Amino acid sequence: MKRLIEHGRVIDPASRTDDFLDILIEDGRIAAMAAPGAFETLKRDAQVSTISAQGCIVCPGLVDMHVHLREPGEEYKETIATGTKAAAAGGFTAVACMANTRPVNDNQSVTEYILEKARREAVAAVYPVAAMTVGLKGTQLTEMGELSRLGVKAVSDDGHPVADALIMRRAMEYAGRFGLTVISHCETTSLSKTGTMHEGWVSTKLGLGGIPAAAEEIMIAREASLAELTGVPIHIAHVSTAGSVEIIRRAKEKGIPITAETAPHYFSLTHRAVTGYNTLAKMNPPLRTSADVAAIKQGLHDNVIDAIATDHAPHSILEKDLEFNAAANGIIGLETALSLTLTLVQTGVLDLSQALAKLTCNPAGILKIPAGRLVVGGSADITIFQPDQPVVVDVQKFASKSRNSPFDGWKLQGQVIMTVFRGQTTYSA
Amino acid sequence: MPLISLTQKDLLGIEDLTPEEIKLILDTAEMLKEISRREIKKVPTLRGKTIVTFFFESSTRTRTSFDIAAKRLSADTFSLTGSSSSLTKGETLLDTARNLEAMNPDLIIIRHPASGAPHFVAERIKPGVINAGDGMHEHPTQALLDMLTVRDRFGRLDGLKLAIVGDLFHSRVARSNIMGFTKMGARVTVAGPPSLIPPFIQYLGAEVAPTMEEAISGADVIMMLRVQNERLQGAFFPSVREYAVFYGLDRKKLALAKENALVMHPGPINRGVEISPDVADGPQSVILDQVTNGVAVRMAVLLLLIGGRAGEKAN
Repeated sequence: MKRLIEHGRVIDPASRTDDFLDILIEDGRIAAMAAPGAFETLKRDAQVSTISAQGCIVCPGLVDMHVHLREPGEEYKETIATGTKAAAAGGFTAVACMANTRPVNDNQSVTEYILEKARREAVAAVYPVAAMTVGLKGTQLTEMGELSRLGVKAVSDDGHPVADALIMRRAMEYAGRFGLTVISHCETTSLSKTGTMHEGWVSTKLGLGGIPAAAEEIMIAREASLAELTGVPIHIAHVSTAGSVEIIRRAKEKGIPITAETAPHYFSLTHRAVTGYNTLAKMNPPLRTSADVAAIKQGLHDNVIDAIATDHAPHSILEKDLEFNAAANGIIGLETALSLTLTLVQTGVLDLSQALAKLTCNPAGILKIPAGRLVVGGSADITIFQPDQPVVVDVQKFASKSRNSPFDGWKLQGQVIMTVFRGQTTYSA
Repeated sequence: MPLISLTQKDLLGIEDLTPEEIKLILDTAEMLKEISRREIKKVPTLRGKTIVTFFFESSTRTRTSFDIAAKRLSADTFSLTGSSSSLTKGETLLDTARNLEAMNPDLIIIRHPASGAPHFVAERIKPGVINAGDGMHEHPTQALLDMLTVRDRFGRLDGLKLAIVGDLFHSRVARSNIMGFTKMGARVTVAGPPSLIPPFIQYLGAEVAPTMEEAISGADVIMMLRVQNERLQGAFFPSVREYAVFYGLDRKKLALAKENALVMHPGPINRGVEISPDVADGPQSVILDQVTNGVAVRMAVLLLLIGGRAGEKAN
């Protein structure tokens, strides 16, 4: 069965396309893209079903390079099935899932389990990010060579930053040999130790231990130096501070192979959101100040920050309905990412194509995965969305198993109309 | 129009109180002091009311003070202790609170090592909650008794200069007092080792002085904070000995304050560390008055929260 997406405005940042085009899908692949009406003769043939994208943007399926799917081990929070359903509802067709599952994804059998589960149940492409060190303990390297043979594209000890600079150096050198992308959650834990939120006037007022911006910046500076030393590219996860943006900017200017992502909450919320001990505003890195938010936006505008990734971190009420100190870090993000990113377009921070690049070809390029672009002959992973449609975020309607979003009730614009993965509809509004 | 009662269900922090409400509590406490001086130290005002103290941290003063306050008003009191170590999982805190709620108490008084824990409980249960100290956040009844003690001596709080010296970082007493005293028109200056001054403390209304001497010069009130030396020595300052040199209150430093300046301490004190024995026991010390006033302030708070039309009943 052929499918035809017609009347849409096609934006493919990778090929700098922004035009009205119809897209013909055949056998799960993009068979052709042509000016509107080019497929009229085919349409008369009953073998084509049409999808109207009238008034909508048609873009490559979104790519989220930083999610937690919780499977194996914490299936009560999320599974590969529900997590990818949430991805599809948010317009994503590919996700990279972090290694902090139970057991940790630090070996071939866990990776194989995730890939096998994904093959059977996922409605988006799942790229497991393997641990860089065994057990995320920062001492012994994982079998990156074997893992890369299974299809692993990236390694990271996300959430458990490698404190030892020598181990980090060796991990980067070794990963570089296999072309693996090294992703670093930058946090100097000896400095952030007792902190549960950003160190600032809000933490002082609430009597909560602070995590200074320097805890993140020190390690980003280290990673930039190691990337320069080893020549192995480093990708910085969830950048949250103005100082971090500056360090990455300078490193890029120097020609150091460094890329970076931020998450929608770091340009949408500040540490004020914690007021009232709101555990839905507890994340790591923590929400920062309005000056940091402004710098993150500027960094996105200047392409110092290459990608927007959600750090989708599902937690149940068991981890969140607690006193602040005891609550877990993290929020879910797959189903709000696009509309939050579109606020940057609406406020003139990014143009639409630039915004979409950060959700498609840029993260795909960093991970070196075949996604995030519309290519004839390539997989038909396509997202159709209405950029101006008002939406009220309702966590109760989320496809994710978890509800831990601070954006519940927010009025935003931008609605995913349809998500197509390998030619099949995985979400339809 | 003077206030005659508190409208809120809980007393969680000084932050939530208006200057009028603080004045009401202090005035009520003033009136209730007399009960504690009677031969029969008991009035029937809260007869039939049940008050639970629910402490997850050790405490002598505060717990006893609340207990005596409740008993002098004829309330029935019950105590629960939770070892905070077995309560790292918050569902236990909430479950315990809900179990308590099911026994229909009128008021639950909570002390907990996690900042915000009483707020967390208060939002989820019907009975009123009094915060008896939460982590590094607030200790409202301590600030109220401190304000009462100072007002007793000076007849006012407005325009006074208060210096708070020591470990402000870990101190809920300091945070509540900074907010309380500044709300009542006093000026608050803080001093301590820079490693123990919380960042952005000036956002709460305090000025930060570079030295203790500068903070206490011309002060009407000096409030010394306890140094938990076993935990802090080495990591936050080099030694207790050096701490005492720079941040301990002795007679020589005390002479920098106003002649009639009051010396306060929330207790328990480390004699010879943050305060020298002669100053702690000296004529300017009101450390024991603070304890006495603690009972009166807590009686006032209990009465205003669950005593119905408060002021009238007390007479």
